[in-house]
Amino acid sequence: MTDSKYFTTTKKGEIFELKAELNSDKKEKKKEAVKKVIASMTVGKDVSALFPDVVNCMQTDNLELKKLVYLYLMNYAKSQPDMAIMAVNTFVKDCEDPNPLIRALAVRTMGCIRVDKITEYLCEPLRKCLKDEDPYVRKTAAVCVAKLHDINAQLVEDQGFLDTLKDLISDSNPMVVANAVAALSEIAESHPSSNLLDLNPQSINKLLTALNECTEWGQIFILDCLANYMPKDDREAQSICERVTPRLSHANSAVVLSAVKVLMKFMEMLSKDLDYYGTLLKKLAPPLVTLLSAEPELQYVALRNINLIVQKRPEILKHEMKVFFVKYNDPIYVKLEKLDIMIRLASQANIAQVLAELKEYATEVDVDFVRKAVRAIGRCAIKVEQSAERCVSTLLDLIQTKVNYVVQEAIVVIKDIFRKYPNKYESVIATLCENLDSLDEPEARAAMIWIVGEYAERIDNADELLESFLEGFHDESTQVQLQLLTAIVKLFLKKPTETQELVQQVLSLATQDSDNPDLRDRGYIYWRLLSTDPVAAKEVVLAEKPLISEETDLIEPTLLDELICYIGTLASVYHKPPSAFVEGGRGVVHKSLPPRTASSESTESPETAPAGAPSGDQPDVIPAQGDLLGDLLNLDLGPPVSGPPLAASSIQMGAVDLLGGGLDSLMGDEPEGIGDTNFGVPPAAAAAPARLGAPISSGLSDLFDLTSGVGTLSGSYVAPKAVWLPAMKAKGLEISGTFTRQVGSISMDLQLTNKALQVMTDFAIQFNRNSFGLAPAAPLQVHAPLSPNQTVEISLPLNTVGSVMKMEPLNNLQVAVKNNIDVFYFSTLYPLHVLFVEDGKMDRQMFLATWKDIPNENEAQFQIRDCPLNTEAASGKLQSSNIFTIAKRNVEGQDMLYQSLKLTNGIWVLAELRIQPGNPSFMDLELSLKCRAPEVSQHVYQAYETILKN
Amino acid sequence: MIHSLFLINSSGDIFLEKHWKSVVSRSVCDYFFEAQERATEAENVPPVIPTPHHYLLSVYRHKIFFVAVIQTEVPPLFVIEFLHRVVDTFQDYFGVCSEPVIKDNVVVVYEVLEEMLDNGFPLATESNILKELIKPPTILRTVVNTITGSTNVGDQLPTGQLSVVPWRRTGVKYTNNEAYFDVVEEIDAIIDKSGSTVTAEIQGVIDACVKLTGMPDLTLSFMNPRLLDDVSFHPCVRFKRWESERILSFIPPDGNFRLLSYHVSAQNLVAIPVYVKHSINFRDSSSLGRFEITVGPKQTMGKTIEGVIVTSQMPKGVLNMSLTPSQGTHTFDPVTKMLSWDVGKINPQKLPSLKGTTSLQAGASKPDENPTINLQFKIQQLAISGLKVNRLDMYGEKYKPFKGIKYMTKAGKFQVRT
Repeated sequence: MTDSKYFTTTKKGEIFELKAELNSDKKEKKKEAVKKVIASMTVGKDVSALFPDVVNCMQTDNLELKKLVYLYLMNYAKSQPDMAIMAVNTFVKDCEDPNPLIRALAVRTMGCIRVDKITEYLCEPLRKCLKDEDPYVRKTAAVCVAKLHDINAQLVEDQGFLDTLKDLISDSNPMVVANAVAALSEIAESHPSSNLLDLNPQSINKLLTALNECTEWGQIFILDCLANYMPKDDREAQSICERVTPRLSHANSAVVLSAVKVLMKFMEMLSKDLDYYGTLLKKLAPPLVTLLSAEPELQYVALRNINLIVQKRPEILKHEMKVFFVKYNDPIYVKLEKLDIMIRLASQANIAQVLAELKEYATEVDVDFVRKAVRAIGRCAIKVEQSAERCVSTLLDLIQTKVNYVVQEAIVVIKDIFRKYPNKYESVIATLCENLDSLDEPEARAAMIWIVGEYAERIDNADELLESFLEGFHDESTQVQLQLLTAIVKLFLKKPTETQELVQQVLSLATQDSDNPDLRDRGYIYWRLLSTDPVAAKEVVLAEKPLISEETDLIEPTLLDELICYIGTLASVYHKPPSAFVEGGRGVVHKSLPPRTASSESTESPETAPAGAPSGDQPDVIPAQGDLLGDLLNLDLGPPVSGPPLAASSIQMGAVDLLGGGLDSLMGDEPEGIGDTNFGVPPAAAAAPARLGAPISSGLSDLFDLTSGVGTLSGSYVAPKAVWLPAMKAKGLEISGTFTRQVGSISMDLQLTNKALQVMTDFAIQFNRNSFGLAPAAPLQVHAPLSPNQTVEISLPLNTVGSVMKMEPLNNLQVAVKNNIDVFYFSTLYPLHVLFVEDGKMDRQMFLATWKDIPNENEAQFQIRDCPLNTEAASGKLQSSNIFTIAKRNVEGQDMLYQSLKLTNGIWVLAELRIQPGNPSFMDLELSLKCRAPEVSQHVYQAYETILKN
Repeated sequence: MIHSLFLINSSGDIFLEKHWKSVVSRSVCDYFFEAQERATEAENVPPVIPTPHHYLLSVYRHKIFFVAVIQTEVPPLFVIEFLHRVVDTFQDYFGVCSEPVIKDNVVVVYEVLEEMLDNGFPLATESNILKELIKPPTILRTVVNTITGSTNVGDQLPTGQLSVVPWRRTGVKYTNNEAYFDVVEEIDAIIDKSGSTVTAEIQGVIDACVKLTGMPDLTLSFMNPRLLDDVSFHPCVRFKRWESERILSFIPPDGNFRLLSYHVSAQNLVAIPVYVKHSINFRDSSSLGRFEITVGPKQTMGKTIEGVIVTSQMPKGVLNMSLTPSQGTHTFDPVTKMLSWDVGKINPQKLPSLKGTTSLQAGASKPDENPTINLQFKIQQLAISGLKVNRLDMYGEKYKPFKGIKYMTKAGKFQVRT
């Protein structure tokens, strides 16, 4: 007799039959029926119609039946909220049961019923259970708080459950502590700015004690929580490390990795001369290696993390190369990761072994893997100079195999090796040329053509080879076409006599018969160069190229440091900071490695210790309004935004004059770009015209700047530019910007930077429908192409007449930017104060009437913390952002400001701001907002906060 | 935390879903199916798949995908470890973990899953505790349940869950008190063409089956604890004692459990107990290629090698193989191109060999890759690392237990390149 019978009934009257059985008098029959219902539910059948009948079975002493009914309730209560109320009484009764198992079960189940009405009844039983004498009930109740918070956050805060939860961190039972930490962490994730997990040396000590005794899962939560703590000096860091180290021997790999995270982070604070530092390094290697003997899925996550660790501290695993050797039946995702780490660990000492392995891999079956292995050989050559020769000979061996994709891949890498070590391995060119015909992939063809062009003087039949490519010129991909054009020009400059015809042919093909502007432009430039000044042409085309960098694929150090803080999380699997992919408008707490405190002296002298601490004590919490993309700032690979944007653009106005004469002289200096692809337009020439769009708007804003300088109140607060679209997500285009409001007009100040190697043109911008109908009032004008490494500032005027759609969060703006490369999307949050209109001052009487008129439910209260402003300063600041003070009153030493503002869509917001002047210890402002559309309150509050704090 | 779990069989049907928070539509699995399609083989489906609103983390075991859905930043290893724990629990409960078995026991499965997670937080994952909460189905119990109307859900609070030794239940009683320990070592190795070792390491575990009355406190010491420099312990082991004295001291869970696992790294010299002599070559379709494999013992410390199985994935172009083994049986599957030779015991006087010819498909060119040979074997009464248990003592209880220790060496991922 098995449960499969529950699945078999599919005939029509099934529900009816079940109903009858559920109402049967016989206990046994009832239970069987409930089982059938659950089975149907599991496979996705809708059995919600049976709700009342199933709930009726709930009043029973039979624990199994009770559990089954609970299961059912959790699934369907949402769709039948009124019915679910019927179950409440039983729940409340069960919460008082003498058996702790039943008490826990009841409170657990109640938390899973996501119905508002039920949650109200849950509060009292939950409060009791949080203080229950039995730790099993307490630990279940702790999780229940997290559940409740998910359903109704406000309720949890109002009922003071968060404080009770915080108290549970000091509970005597380690399991309760672990669950309290887990619940708090989850709640904190949705409230990044709140200081829920306020860690201090005492609570850390409690956590460390609980760590030893709680379950493996609890250890994970506690370790992840510990990782957020910032020890005050290296001594504390060391003592925490010492107590965490035993976790490295845990059987659960998640515990191990979380422990590694804590150690990697706190190690940063330890002095390298310390004996303990060396011991710790040694202790880290074995557990990491052990992770690799686990199941492949675990291996994958471990490898992604090891990849980071190896980049941060290569010394840990430098002797463990062999464990990363690939087994032929590893899943492909494990193979590729292992390969990557092998290259990162490659050094002179082990290169022979690595190369032998890579060569072995190059004969495997999986094509992707083989390609990557061949590429890896090239990377080894570039990384370890002493091995270059051996790498080249290995590659030559592989070319001899004549396996098509191996040959092509090998040629692509050999090109890179030539770029790194010019004039060293040209002897192999002959072998390469033999394989010319078998190349059918653009990348390989382009690489081969580059080699022929670069070394044209040593290849006797270079002209013939290139000519053979020229026949099918129009069928080639752009990459090959561009390369061919450059190669033939190089050839011509090297052997002018025999190749005149060829060069003319390619120039006419490129300039006359091609639709591709890049190709045409490049063709014209060569043509003019060659016809006006061949000597200059030689200098340009045959200029000495910069060597390619050793490790182009390293993660940028600040990002790496951030990722180290996220070891063991999804961020570490994706190698992106959570802000780059975490969903929703929640701000993300920005983590950074602790600063290294001075070694032994710092502990001796008390003055130096606090010096390192302040930066640690205040984690970089970006205010929610600073938006989720805000902390991508850290990613900014380029130099920081220099000076105020207005000043910069006015200077560039002058540069326009230089346009005419400067061109020729500038071009000579431009070396051939990396990878030979950025030939389109020399950057310097393009730079000037790119500014053409700026003058009009910047001139205007200059005027405004003047007026504001005189002291009138125009121009609201402008946030510094934040990176909205990082270059790595938009094929090299980086966009940063901010929103401004000046004399009634809103604009979006953008800064476009080209970080690719390719010229960007044809910019356009579009907004998705948004809450306030923001739309560009004029097209995005970037007049000239944007060359590599060039930045352009644009002020895009906006209006609010676009189509309206409510967004979540309200101030979310989704933007699409197009250029010649692709279309990119990003979203940003605009500060609400740009929408505050100039005529937002309400009449006094009107204010009073409206304040009374708006129902009290619509009133929202906020606190603006640590804002030491007096009344005048605050009022002045707010007024410049169109928040108008209507009346002022002094009540019991507190200043009350009554203020009003109006949004572009006509919504009025009334505010009462309470300030306590002259009380330096209490610097919090209290803000009450009333509005007919209460959803804007949160954002208005954020605007207040931003304005007042800047 | 973990939001939902979907079980998907190899033909892509979702046959079980479980939600611990709000219900996530099963359409979220479409992203998984996409990834599954892209990966040629089930093993190659990436374990972490991002979707616009969720993340799918999966493990593939017993030809079933266990796909967990998470919504916020959760340590992926935590999720994957948990999924493996789910599979282990099913196996523990039902003997095997397969689609029909899970369907047969769907109610128990559901109850167990419900107990394992609460709102996505792990609740009870220790098999001891789970079994007290929900009794595993046995034929006897099913019969008894039907007659008496009792259930397989325990109605007592599992006491162990609250004690300082959560892994052990109280009031355990046995008439025969016994404690068995199995030291099992697996050799992972890659041997190159010429027979020299590219990399070799040992993954060892000590599995225990302890059936002792009361609250016994055990200590286990080794002759050569120096070997164990990279160990992972069961939570019951007192780490301090190990650090200072290199002695394992613990109150064991009741029944079967893994006391520790250890790893002897590639840097130490690992003895390789077998060698494979091979000569495999392919010729273009016109003539037959030659194939010959001989297996022989190397450093076995005088023990016999048994249960030897040789498997090898032949290149796609191979049409057929006609081979004769000197002992054992062999098969060649012309569809999957998998050659498998069940050798059995190796007799050092008369080494087993497999000889014959290979033929390629008409028109197929000589394959580029060489097949890798996979080896399985067992050696009883030997821990190849040399690990030896010195003594086992019991404190805290009066009776005299029966103690036993067994050693075994097995091949893990043992590969010979040709």
